[in-house]
Amino acid sequence: MSKEVNFIFNQTPQVLQKKKYCRFKKHGIRHIDYKDKDFLLKFVNDQGKILPRRITGTSLKFQRKISVAIKRARHLSLLPFVADGLK
Amino acid sequence: MNHNQYETVIILTPVLSEQQMKDAVKGYRELITGNGGEMVHEENWGLTKLAYPIDKKGTGFYHLFEFKANPEFIKTFELAFRRDERIMRYLTIKLDKWGVDYNDRKRKGEFNQPRTTAVAEEAAS
Repeated sequence: MSKEVNFIFNQTPQVLQKKKYCRFKKHGIRHIDYKDKDFLLKFVNDQGKILPRRITGTSLKFQRKISVAIKRARHLSLLPFVADGLK
Repeated sequence: MNHNQYETVIILTPVLSEQQMKDAVKGYRELITGNGGEMVHEENWGLTKLAYPIDKKGTGFYHLFEFKANPEFIKTFELAFRRDERIMRYLTIKLDKWGVDYNDRKRKGEFNQPRTTAVAEEAAS
């Protein structure tokens, strides 16, 4: 049935997106280290901007902690404030 | 007396020689212990590249102190940093109970343990 519908409306069947999850809640991480540069790079785009949690799937509680950790890392010149090709 | 656990990272100018850097660090260590503080841990990262230039310098000596001290002591500690020309940046943080726990586990070397088990669980499910 669904195949026919797709044929009629000329739609490509949508690939089911994997559900996002908060990696801190899942792995039980309670403290975010601002000195762990490689870990913080996962939450930053290639310009060095902090990624919104709608993309990373982080819960609000840990998004706040991440943003503080990244700002601390920037102060200590571990992460750049502005960058061009970070990744 | 209320003792908190703090963590301080300082960046020293790369102009200093190895010996001068050690002397500066030694001075601050004595400042901590001389004011009723207790050293917990210390780390020297050596000459490290900065992500962006500070005071027109591309590198710096990083040094980390972890210590227990009075809240009043932090004021004098940071004042000493501001007066010292050898220090380009500093950051002092009060560690909460999770931070203390994290640093303990990191020092014992069981740091990668939880992550590897989590990955294994993910693969099994």
